Amino acid sequence: MIKEIGKYFMFLGNLFVNRESFKTYYKLVLEECMNMGIGTVFLVALVSTFIGAVTTVQTAYNMVSSFIPDYVISQVVREMVILELAPTIMAVIYAGKVGSSIASGLGTMRITEQVDALEVMGINSISYLVLPKIIASILMYPLLVITAGVCALFGGYLVGTLTGIISPNDFVYGLRSSYNEFTVVFALIKSVVFAFLVASISSYKGYNTQGGALEVGVSSTQAVTSSVIAVLIADYLLAQLLLAK
Amino acid sequence: MIKIQSITKSFGERVILNEISGSFEKGKPNLIIGASGTGKSVLLKCIVGLARPDYGQVFYDGRDFYGSDSEERVEIRREMGMLFQGGALFDSKNVEQNVMFPLDVLTKMPLNEKLDRVNFCLQRVGLENVNTKMPSEISGGMKKRVGIARAIVNTPNYLFCDEPNSGLDPQTSILIDELIQDLSEDLDITTIVVTHDMNSVMGIGEKIMFLYKGHKLWEGTNKDITHSGVKELDDFVFANKVMNSLRSK
Repeated sequence: MIKEIGKYFMFLGNLFVNRESFKTYYKLVLEECMNMGIGTVFLVALVSTFIGAVTTVQTAYNMVSSFIPDYVISQVVREMVILELAPTIMAVIYAGKVGSSIASGLGTMRITEQVDALEVMGINSISYLVLPKIIASILMYPLLVITAGVCALFGGYLVGTLTGIISPNDFVYGLRSSYNEFTVVFALIKSVVFAFLVASISSYKGYNTQGGALEVGVSSTQAVTSSVIAVLIADYLLAQLLLAK
Repeated sequence: MIKIQSITKSFGERVILNEISGSFEKGKPNLIIGASGTGKSVLLKCIVGLARPDYGQVFYDGRDFYGSDSEERVEIRREMGMLFQGGALFDSKNVEQNVMFPLDVLTKMPLNEKLDRVNFCLQRVGLENVNTKMPSEISGGMKKRVGIARAIVNTPNYLFCDEPNSGLDPQTSILIDELIQDLSEDLDITTIVVTHDMNSVMGIGEKIMFLYKGHKLWEGTNKDITHSGVKELDDFVFANKVMNSLRSK
Protein backbone atom coordinates (compact mmCIF):
# COMPACT_ATOMS: atom_id res chain seq x y z
CA MET A 1 0.00 0.00 0.00
CA ILE A 2 2.73 2.49 1.05
CA LYS A 3 4.83 1.35 -1.92
CA GLU A 4 1.90 1.94 -4.25
CA ILE A 5 1.34 5.46 -2.86
CA GLY A 6 5.06 6.17 -3.30
CA LYS A 7 4.91 4.99 -6.92
CA TYR A 8 1.85 7.20 -7.48
CA PHE A 9 3.73 10.30 -6.26
CA MET A 10 6.75 9.42 -8.41
CA PHE A 11 4.36 9.08 -11.33
CA LEU A 12 2.99 12.56 -10.59
CA GLY A 13 6.56 13.90 -10.37
CA ASN A 14 7.21 12.68 -13.92
CA LEU A 15 4.38 14.85 -15.26
CA PHE A 16 6.65 17.87 -15.33
CA VAL A 17 9.90 16.34 -16.63
CA ASN A 18 10.91 17.01 -20.28
CA ARG A 19 7.57 18.49 -21.23
CA GLU A 20 6.64 19.31 -24.82
CA SER A 21 5.67 22.75 -26.13
CA PHE A 22 2.63 24.63 -24.79
CA LYS A 23 0.99 24.39 -28.24
CA THR A 24 1.08 20.58 -28.10
CA TYR A 25 -0.69 20.52 -24.72
CA TYR A 26 -3.21 23.17 -25.72
CA LYS A 27 -4.65 20.97 -28.48
CA LEU A 28 -4.63 17.87 -26.29
CA VAL A 29 -6.33 19.65 -23.39
CA LEU A 30 -9.11 20.87 -25.72
CA GLU A 31 -9.63 17.33 -27.02
CA GLU A 32 -9.78 15.95 -23.49
CA CYS A 33 -12.20 18.70 -22.41
CA MET A 34 -14.53 17.63 -25.20
CA ASN A 35 -14.30 13.97 -24.17
CA MET A 36 -14.64 14.54 -20.44
CA GLY A 37 -17.03 17.47 -20.34
CA ILE A 38 -19.34 17.24 -23.31
CA GLY A 39 -19.34 13.44 -23.18
CA THR A 40 -20.45 13.41 -19.54
CA VAL A 41 -22.81 16.35 -19.26
CA PHE A 42 -25.94 14.42 -20.29
CA LEU A 43 -25.37 11.67 -17.72
CA VAL A 44 -24.60 14.21 -15.00
CA ALA A 45 -27.72 16.25 -15.81
CA LEU A 46 -29.93 13.17 -15.86
CA VAL A 47 -28.64 11.69 -12.61
CA SER A 48 -28.60 14.99 -10.72
CA THR A 49 -32.14 15.91 -11.81
CA PHE A 50 -33.43 12.64 -10.39
CA ILE A 51 -31.31 12.94 -7.24
CA GLY A 52 -32.76 16.44 -6.65
CA ALA A 53 -36.27 15.14 -7.21
CA VAL A 54 -35.84 12.17 -4.85
CA THR A 55 -34.16 14.34 -2.19
CA THR A 56 -37.13 16.71 -2.23
CA VAL A 57 -39.67 13.90 -1.86
CA GLN A 58 -37.69 12.21 0.94
CA THR A 59 -37.05 15.44 2.82
CA ALA A 60 -40.77 16.26 2.69
CA TYR A 61 -41.57 12.73 3.89
CA ASN A 62 -39.34 13.28 6.95
CA MET A 63 -40.86 16.68 7.82
CA VAL A 64 -43.60 15.27 9.99
CA SER A 65 -44.13 18.26 12.25
CA SER A 66 -46.62 20.88 11.11
CA PHE A 67 -44.60 23.51 13.00
CA ILE A 68 -41.85 23.28 10.38
CA PRO A 69 -42.57 25.61 7.44
CA ASP A 70 -42.57 24.11 3.91
CA TYR A 71 -39.70 26.26 2.67
CA VAL A 72 -37.35 24.29 4.97
CA ILE A 73 -37.67 21.41 2.46
CA SER A 74 -35.95 23.36 -0.32
CA GLN A 75 -33.47 24.79 2.20
CA VAL A 76 -32.43 21.25 3.18
CA VAL A 77 -32.36 20.16 -0.46
CA ARG A 78 -30.16 23.16 -1.33
CA GLU A 79 -27.64 22.40 1.42
CA MET A 80 -27.51 18.68 0.58
CA VAL A 81 -27.13 19.32 -3.12
CA ILE A 82 -24.47 22.01 -2.88
CA LEU A 83 -22.45 20.49 -0.07
CA GLU A 84 -22.54 16.80 -0.92
CA LEU A 85 -24.68 15.50 -3.74
CA ALA A 86 -23.39 17.67 -6.58
CA PRO A 87 -19.65 17.45 -5.87
CA THR A 88 -19.32 14.03 -4.20
CA ILE A 89 -22.01 11.80 -5.68
CA MET A 90 -21.18 13.21 -9.12
CA ALA A 91 -17.50 12.39 -8.43
CA VAL A 92 -18.46 8.75 -7.98
CA ILE A 93 -20.34 8.83 -11.29
CA TYR A 94 -17.48 10.77 -12.89
CA ALA A 95 -15.00 8.12 -11.69
CA GLY A 96 -17.20 5.40 -13.18
CA LYS A 97 -17.48 7.07 -16.55
CA VAL A 98 -14.38 9.22 -17.10
CA GLY A 99 -12.02 7.38 -14.73
CA SER A 100 -12.66 3.97 -16.27
CA SER A 101 -12.37 5.46 -19.75
CA ILE A 102 -8.99 7.05 -18.91
CA ALA A 103 -7.67 3.81 -17.39
CA SER A 104 -8.84 1.57 -20.22
CA GLY A 105 -7.58 4.00 -22.88
CA LEU A 106 -4.11 4.26 -21.35
CA GLY A 107 -4.07 0.54 -20.53
CA THR A 108 -4.80 -0.33 -24.15
CA MET A 109 -2.09 2.07 -25.31
CA ARG A 110 0.33 0.42 -22.90
CA ILE A 111 -0.34 -3.19 -23.98
CA THR A 112 -0.29 -2.31 -27.69
CA GLU A 113 3.13 -0.62 -27.26
CA GLN A 114 1.80 2.84 -28.18
CA VAL A 115 3.26 4.19 -24.92
CA ASP A 116 6.63 2.60 -25.79
CA ALA A 117 6.42 4.20 -29.24
CA LEU A 118 6.15 7.64 -27.59
CA GLU A 119 9.10 6.90 -25.30
CA VAL A 120 11.32 5.77 -28.18
CA MET A 121 10.54 9.04 -29.99
CA GLY A 122 11.98 10.86 -26.98
CA ILE A 123 8.59 12.05 -25.74
CA ASN A 124 7.82 11.85 -22.02
CA SER A 125 4.75 9.64 -22.33
CA ILE A 126 3.48 10.40 -18.81
CA SER A 127 3.59 14.12 -19.42
CA TYR A 128 2.22 13.86 -22.96
CA LEU A 129 -0.65 11.51 -22.17
CA VAL A 130 -1.57 12.28 -18.57
CA LEU A 131 -1.00 16.01 -18.00
CA PRO A 132 -3.70 17.08 -20.53
CA LYS A 133 -6.18 14.68 -18.91
CA ILE A 134 -5.56 16.12 -15.44
CA ILE A 135 -5.78 19.73 -16.66
CA ALA A 136 -8.95 19.00 -18.64
CA SER A 137 -10.49 17.23 -15.66
CA ILE A 138 -9.72 20.16 -13.33
CA LEU A 139 -11.26 22.54 -15.88
CA MET A 140 -14.35 20.51 -16.70
CA TYR A 141 -15.40 18.82 -13.47
CA PRO A 142 -16.26 22.06 -11.59
CA LEU A 143 -18.48 23.00 -14.55
CA LEU A 144 -20.14 19.60 -14.34
CA VAL A 145 -20.69 20.10 -10.60
CA ILE A 146 -22.33 23.48 -11.25
CA THR A 147 -24.51 21.84 -13.91
CA ALA A 148 -25.35 19.03 -11.48
CA GLY A 149 -26.30 21.52 -8.75
CA VAL A 150 -28.59 23.50 -11.05
CA CYS A 151 -30.21 20.35 -12.46
CA ALA A 152 -30.71 18.84 -9.00
CA LEU A 153 -32.42 21.99 -7.70
CA PHE A 154 -34.49 22.14 -10.87
CA GLY A 155 -35.47 18.47 -10.44
CA GLY A 156 -36.45 19.18 -6.83
CA TYR A 157 -38.48 22.22 -7.85
CA LEU A 158 -40.24 20.33 -10.63
CA VAL A 159 -41.24 17.35 -8.51
CA GLY A 160 -41.97 19.42 -5.38
CA THR A 161 -44.30 21.80 -7.17
CA LEU A 162 -45.94 19.34 -9.56
CA THR A 163 -46.82 16.87 -6.78
CA GLY A 164 -48.03 19.59 -4.43
CA ILE A 165 -45.36 18.94 -1.78
CA ILE A 166 -44.35 22.58 -1.78
CA SER A 167 -45.54 25.71 -3.55
CA PRO A 168 -43.23 27.39 -6.12
CA ASN A 169 -42.93 30.48 -3.93
CA ASP A 170 -41.99 28.47 -0.83
CA PHE A 171 -39.42 26.48 -2.81
CA VAL A 172 -37.71 29.61 -4.13
CA TYR A 173 -37.95 31.29 -0.72
CA GLY A 174 -36.29 28.25 0.88
CA LEU A 175 -33.51 28.29 -1.69
CA ARG A 176 -32.76 31.96 -0.92
CA SER A 177 -33.18 32.03 2.87
CA SER A 178 -30.09 31.73 5.13
CA TYR A 179 -27.92 31.28 2.06
CA ASN A 180 -24.20 31.02 2.81
CA GLU A 181 -21.99 31.69 -0.24
CA PHE A 182 -19.14 29.71 1.25
CA THR A 183 -21.00 26.43 0.62
CA VAL A 184 -20.62 27.06 -3.13
CA VAL A 185 -16.93 27.93 -2.70
CA PHE A 186 -16.52 24.76 -0.65
CA ALA A 187 -18.25 22.68 -3.35
CA LEU A 188 -15.95 24.14 -6.02
CA ILE A 189 -12.84 23.47 -3.91
CA LYS A 190 -14.03 19.88 -3.50
CA SER A 191 -14.70 19.57 -7.21
CA VAL A 192 -11.16 20.64 -8.12
CA VAL A 193 -9.64 18.16 -5.64
CA PHE A 194 -11.92 15.32 -6.79
CA ALA A 195 -11.23 16.08 -10.46
CA PHE A 196 -7.49 15.85 -9.82
CA LEU A 197 -7.83 12.61 -7.83
CA VAL A 198 -10.05 10.84 -10.36
CA ALA A 199 -7.92 11.83 -13.38
CA SER A 200 -4.54 11.18 -11.77
CA ILE A 201 -5.41 7.88 -10.06
CA SER A 202 -7.15 6.52 -13.15
CA SER A 203 -4.20 7.57 -15.32
CA TYR A 204 -1.77 5.94 -12.90
CA LYS A 205 -3.71 2.67 -12.95
CA GLY A 206 -4.09 2.69 -16.73
CA TYR A 207 -0.50 3.70 -17.45
CA ASN A 208 0.87 0.88 -15.31
CA THR A 209 -1.22 -1.86 -16.92
CA GLN A 210 0.79 -4.97 -17.71
CA GLY A 211 -0.41 -8.01 -19.62
CA GLY A 212 -3.31 -8.19 -22.03
CA ALA A 213 -6.96 -7.32 -22.54
CA LEU A 214 -7.96 -8.95 -19.25
CA GLU A 215 -5.56 -6.72 -17.31
CA VAL A 216 -6.97 -3.62 -19.04
CA GLY A 217 -10.35 -4.52 -17.54
CA VAL A 218 -8.75 -5.10 -14.14
CA SER A 219 -6.97 -1.71 -14.30
CA SER A 220 -10.20 -0.02 -15.26
CA THR A 221 -12.03 -1.54 -12.28
CA GLN A 222 -9.15 -0.71 -9.93
CA ALA A 223 -9.13 2.86 -11.24
CA VAL A 224 -12.79 3.34 -10.33
CA THR A 225 -12.44 1.66 -6.92
CA SER A 226 -9.30 3.56 -5.93
CA SER A 227 -10.65 6.88 -7.22
CA VAL A 228 -13.90 6.50 -5.28
CA ILE A 229 -12.04 5.61 -2.06
CA ALA A 230 -9.69 8.59 -2.53
CA VAL A 231 -12.66 10.90 -3.20
CA LEU A 232 -14.43 9.76 -0.03
CA ILE A 233 -11.30 10.21 2.11
CA ALA A 234 -10.67 13.64 0.59
CA ASP A 235 -14.33 14.53 1.13
CA TYR A 236 -14.03 13.86 4.85
CA LEU A 237 -10.67 15.64 5.16
CA LEU A 238 -11.92 18.73 3.34
CA ALA A 239 -15.09 18.87 5.43
CA GLN A 240 -13.02 18.56 8.60
CA LEU A 241 -10.55 21.16 7.38
CA LEU A 242 -12.93 23.77 5.98
CA LEU A 243 -16.25 23.30 7.75
CA ALA A 244 -15.48 21.99 11.24
CA LYS A 245 -16.04 24.56 13.99
CA MET B 1 27.30 2.44 -35.07
CA ILE B 2 25.83 1.01 -31.87
CA LYS B 3 28.03 -0.86 -29.38
CA ILE B 4 26.76 -2.82 -26.41
CA GLN B 5 28.95 -3.97 -23.55
CA SER B 6 28.14 -6.68 -20.99
CA ILE B 7 24.38 -6.13 -21.06
CA THR B 8 22.89 -8.09 -18.18
CA LYS B 9 19.22 -8.12 -17.25
CA SER B 10 17.25 -10.19 -14.76
CA PHE B 11 13.61 -10.30 -13.79
CA GLY B 12 13.60 -11.42 -10.18
CA GLU B 13 15.76 -14.52 -9.89
CA ARG B 14 15.59 -15.23 -13.62
CA VAL B 15 18.56 -14.02 -15.65
CA ILE B 16 17.27 -13.04 -19.09
CA LEU B 17 20.45 -11.57 -20.59
CA ASN B 18 23.91 -12.56 -19.49
CA GLU B 19 26.84 -10.28 -20.34
CA ILE B 20 25.88 -9.64 -23.98
CA SER B 21 28.43 -7.58 -25.92
CA GLY B 22 28.68 -6.72 -29.59
CA SER B 23 28.46 -4.03 -32.20
CA PHE B 24 25.89 -3.14 -34.85
CA GLU B 25 27.16 -1.57 -38.03
CA LYS B 26 25.87 1.31 -40.10
CA GLY B 27 24.29 0.94 -43.54
CA LYS B 28 23.13 -2.66 -43.24
CA PRO B 29 20.52 -4.62 -41.27
CA ASN B 30 21.96 -6.17 -38.10
CA LEU B 31 19.89 -9.16 -37.01
CA ILE B 32 19.40 -10.48 -33.49
CA ILE B 33 18.04 -14.00 -33.81
CA GLY B 34 17.09 -16.84 -31.50
CA ALA B 35 14.16 -18.97 -30.43
CA SER B 36 11.24 -17.49 -28.51
CA GLY B 37 12.08 -16.62 -24.91
CA THR B 38 15.84 -16.23 -25.44
CA GLY B 39 15.82 -12.52 -24.59
CA LYS B 40 15.94 -10.93 -28.07
CA SER B 41 13.18 -8.41 -27.41
CA VAL B 42 14.51 -7.67 -23.92
CA LEU B 43 17.93 -6.96 -25.45
CA LEU B 44 16.33 -4.61 -27.96
CA LYS B 45 14.43 -2.88 -25.15
CA CYS B 46 17.70 -2.47 -23.22
CA ILE B 47 19.33 -0.96 -26.30
CA VAL B 48 16.57 1.59 -26.91
CA GLY B 49 16.11 2.34 -23.22
CA LEU B 50 12.65 0.88 -22.69
CA ALA B 51 14.13 -1.51 -20.10
CA ARG B 52 17.15 -0.51 -18.05
CA PRO B 53 19.82 -3.23 -17.89
CA ASP B 54 21.03 -4.28 -14.44
CA TYR B 55 24.53 -3.93 -15.73
CA GLY B 56 26.23 -2.92 -18.98
CA GLN B 57 26.53 -0.02 -21.37
CA VAL B 58 25.11 1.00 -24.73
CA PHE B 59 27.02 3.42 -26.97
CA TYR B 60 25.40 5.33 -29.81
CA ASP B 61 28.26 6.50 -32.02
CA GLY B 62 30.40 6.75 -28.92
CA ARG B 63 27.73 8.39 -26.72
CA ASP B 64 27.10 6.41 -23.55
CA PHE B 65 23.29 6.12 -23.43
CA TYR B 66 22.87 5.07 -19.79
CA GLY B 67 25.78 7.25 -18.68
CA SER B 68 24.08 10.37 -20.09
CA ASP B 69 21.72 12.64 -18.20
CA SER B 70 18.01 12.55 -19.05
CA GLU B 71 18.22 15.47 -21.53
CA GLU B 72 21.07 13.86 -23.48
CA ARG B 73 19.15 10.58 -23.51
CA VAL B 74 16.13 12.37 -24.98
CA GLU B 75 18.43 13.83 -27.68
CA ILE B 76 19.70 10.34 -28.57
CA ARG B 77 16.16 8.99 -28.56
CA ARG B 78 15.08 11.65 -31.01
CA GLU B 79 17.53 10.11 -33.46
CA MET B 80 15.77 6.74 -33.17
CA GLY B 81 12.94 5.22 -35.14
CA MET B 82 11.29 1.99 -34.11
CA LEU B 83 8.95 -0.48 -35.72
CA PHE B 84 7.03 -2.42 -33.08
CA GLN B 85 5.75 -5.96 -33.38
CA GLY B 86 2.11 -4.90 -33.68
CA GLY B 87 2.86 -1.63 -35.46
CA ALA B 88 1.93 0.42 -32.33
CA LEU B 89 0.00 2.91 -34.45
CA PHE B 90 -2.08 5.41 -32.50
CA ASP B 91 -5.68 4.18 -32.75
CA SER B 92 -7.21 7.65 -32.58
CA LYS B 93 -5.16 9.02 -35.48
CA ASN B 94 -5.39 8.19 -39.18
CA VAL B 95 -2.42 7.01 -41.26
CA GLU B 96 -1.33 10.53 -42.19
CA GLN B 97 -1.59 11.79 -38.61
CA ASN B 98 0.31 8.74 -37.35
CA VAL B 99 3.21 9.31 -39.73
CA MET B 100 3.16 13.06 -39.14
CA PHE B 101 3.10 12.67 -35.35
CA PRO B 102 6.90 12.85 -34.71
CA LEU B 103 7.09 15.95 -36.93
CA ASP B 104 4.14 17.56 -35.10
CA VAL B 105 5.62 17.06 -31.66
CA LEU B 106 9.35 17.24 -32.27
CA THR B 107 9.76 19.83 -35.04
CA LYS B 108 8.52 23.28 -35.98
CA MET B 109 8.15 22.38 -39.67
CA PRO B 110 5.33 24.18 -41.55
CA LEU B 111 2.30 22.05 -42.39
CA ASN B 112 2.94 21.87 -46.16
CA GLU B 113 6.50 20.64 -45.59
CA LYS B 114 5.25 18.08 -43.09
CA LEU B 115 2.67 16.83 -45.59
CA ASP B 116 5.31 16.54 -48.32
CA ARG B 117 7.56 14.58 -45.98
CA VAL B 118 4.71 12.28 -44.89
CA ASN B 119 3.69 11.59 -48.49
CA PHE B 120 7.32 10.95 -49.43
CA CYS B 121 7.71 8.43 -46.59
CA LEU B 122 4.43 6.72 -47.41
CA GLN B 123 5.48 6.43 -51.05
CA ARG B 124 8.86 5.12 -49.91
CA VAL B 125 7.15 2.22 -48.12
CA GLY B 126 4.86 1.60 -51.06
CA LEU B 127 1.67 3.10 -49.67
CA GLU B 128 -0.44 5.61 -51.55
CA ASN B 129 -3.99 6.91 -51.11
CA VAL B 130 -4.27 5.57 -47.58
CA ASN B 131 -3.70 8.90 -45.78
CA THR B 132 -7.20 9.15 -44.36
CA LYS B 133 -7.60 5.50 -43.39
CA MET B 134 -7.67 4.61 -39.70
CA PRO B 135 -5.34 1.87 -38.38
CA SER B 136 -8.35 -0.42 -37.88
CA GLU B 137 -9.15 -0.15 -41.61
CA ILE B 138 -5.80 -1.39 -42.96
CA SER B 139 -4.17 -4.83 -43.08
CA GLY B 140 -1.37 -6.10 -40.84
CA GLY B 141 1.24 -5.66 -43.57
CA MET B 142 0.07 -2.10 -44.24
CA LYS B 143 0.24 -1.33 -40.50
CA LYS B 144 3.87 -2.47 -40.48
CA ARG B 145 4.63 -0.27 -43.47
CA VAL B 146 2.92 2.71 -41.85
CA GLY B 147 4.99 1.92 -38.74
CA ILE B 148 8.16 2.01 -40.85
CA ALA B 149 7.08 5.28 -42.48
CA ARG B 150 6.53 6.78 -39.02
CA ALA B 151 9.91 5.46 -37.87
CA ILE B 152 11.79 7.09 -40.76
CA VAL B 153 9.80 10.33 -41.10
CA ASN B 154 12.13 12.21 -38.77
CA THR B 155 15.25 10.92 -40.64
CA PRO B 156 16.58 8.78 -37.80
CA ASN B 157 20.18 7.65 -37.42
CA TYR B 158 19.09 4.40 -35.78
CA LEU B 159 16.23 2.13 -36.83
CA PHE B 160 14.96 -0.71 -34.64
CA CYS B 161 12.54 -3.39 -35.79
CA ASP B 162 10.98 -5.84 -33.35
CA GLU B 163 9.76 -8.95 -35.20
CA PRO B 164 8.82 -7.02 -38.35
CA ASN B 165 7.48 -10.16 -40.06
CA SER B 166 5.37 -11.64 -37.30
CA GLY B 167 1.85 -12.41 -38.47
CA LEU B 168 2.58 -11.61 -42.12
CA ASP B 169 2.33 -13.84 -45.19
CA PRO B 170 5.67 -14.86 -46.82
CA GLN B 171 5.34 -12.41 -49.74
CA THR B 172 4.62 -9.42 -47.51
CA SER B 173 7.43 -10.54 -45.19
CA ILE B 174 9.90 -10.43 -48.07
CA LEU B 175 8.63 -6.96 -49.05
CA ILE B 176 9.13 -5.69 -45.48
CA ASP B 177 12.62 -7.26 -45.31
CA GLU B 178 13.65 -5.68 -48.60
CA LEU B 179 12.26 -2.35 -47.46
CA ILE B 180 14.29 -2.48 -44.23
CA GLN B 181 17.43 -3.41 -46.15
CA ASP B 182 16.93 -0.67 -48.75
CA LEU B 183 16.26 1.96 -46.08
CA SER B 184 19.36 0.94 -44.11
CA GLU B 185 21.52 1.28 -47.20
CA ASP B 186 19.92 4.36 -48.74
CA LEU B 187 19.69 6.37 -45.51
CA ASP B 188 22.99 4.94 -44.20
CA ILE B 189 21.51 4.26 -40.78
CA THR B 190 22.25 1.65 -38.13
CA THR B 191 19.43 -0.87 -38.21
CA ILE B 192 18.79 -3.61 -35.68
CA VAL B 193 16.16 -6.24 -36.49
CA VAL B 194 14.95 -8.77 -33.95
CA THR B 195 13.56 -11.84 -35.68
CA HIS B 196 13.22 -15.60 -35.62
CA ASP B 197 12.18 -15.81 -39.25
CA MET B 198 14.73 -17.83 -41.23
CA ASN B 199 13.62 -16.22 -44.52
CA SER B 200 14.71 -12.86 -43.09
CA VAL B 201 17.94 -14.35 -41.79
CA MET B 202 18.86 -15.77 -45.19
CA GLY B 203 17.52 -12.75 -47.09
CA ILE B 204 18.94 -9.75 -45.26
CA GLY B 205 21.21 -11.18 -42.56
CA GLU B 206 24.43 -9.37 -43.41
CA LYS B 207 25.35 -9.34 -39.74
CA ILE B 208 23.71 -11.74 -37.32
CA MET B 209 23.89 -12.22 -33.55
CA PHE B 210 22.48 -15.50 -32.23
CA LEU B 211 21.13 -15.59 -28.68
CA TYR B 212 20.50 -18.76 -26.75
CA LYS B 213 19.05 -18.74 -23.22
CA GLY B 214 20.29 -15.22 -22.57
CA HIS B 215 23.82 -15.82 -23.90
CA LYS B 216 25.37 -14.71 -27.17
CA LEU B 217 26.50 -17.97 -28.77
CA TRP B 218 27.45 -16.91 -32.27
CA GLU B 219 28.00 -13.90 -34.52
CA GLY B 220 28.42 -13.93 -38.29
CA THR B 221 26.65 -13.51 -41.64
CA ASN B 222 23.94 -15.42 -43.52
CA LYS B 223 26.67 -16.92 -45.70
CA ASP B 224 28.29 -18.83 -42.86
CA ILE B 225 25.26 -19.47 -40.63
CA THR B 226 24.64 -22.93 -42.11
CA HIS B 227 28.12 -24.16 -41.19
CA SER B 228 28.69 -22.44 -37.86
CA GLY B 229 29.49 -25.63 -35.99
CA VAL B 230 27.35 -24.42 -33.06
CA LYS B 231 24.85 -27.13 -32.21
CA GLU B 232 22.22 -24.78 -30.71
CA LEU B 233 22.38 -22.57 -33.82
CA ASP B 234 22.10 -25.58 -36.13
CA ASP B 235 19.05 -26.75 -34.17
CA PHE B 236 17.49 -23.30 -34.64
CA VAL B 237 18.41 -22.92 -38.33
CA PHE B 238 17.51 -26.43 -39.42
CA ALA B 239 14.27 -26.66 -37.44
CA ASN B 240 12.74 -25.37 -40.67
CA LYS B 241 11.93 -28.26 -43.05
CA VAL B 242 13.03 -26.30 -46.12
CA MET B 243 16.38 -25.47 -44.55
CA ASN B 244 16.74 -29.07 -43.42
CA SER B 245 16.12 -30.37 -46.94
CA LEU B 246 18.76 -27.93 -48.25
CA ARG B 247 21.24 -29.32 -45.72
CA SER B 248 20.51 -32.89 -46.85
CA LYS B 249 21.29 -31.89 -50.45
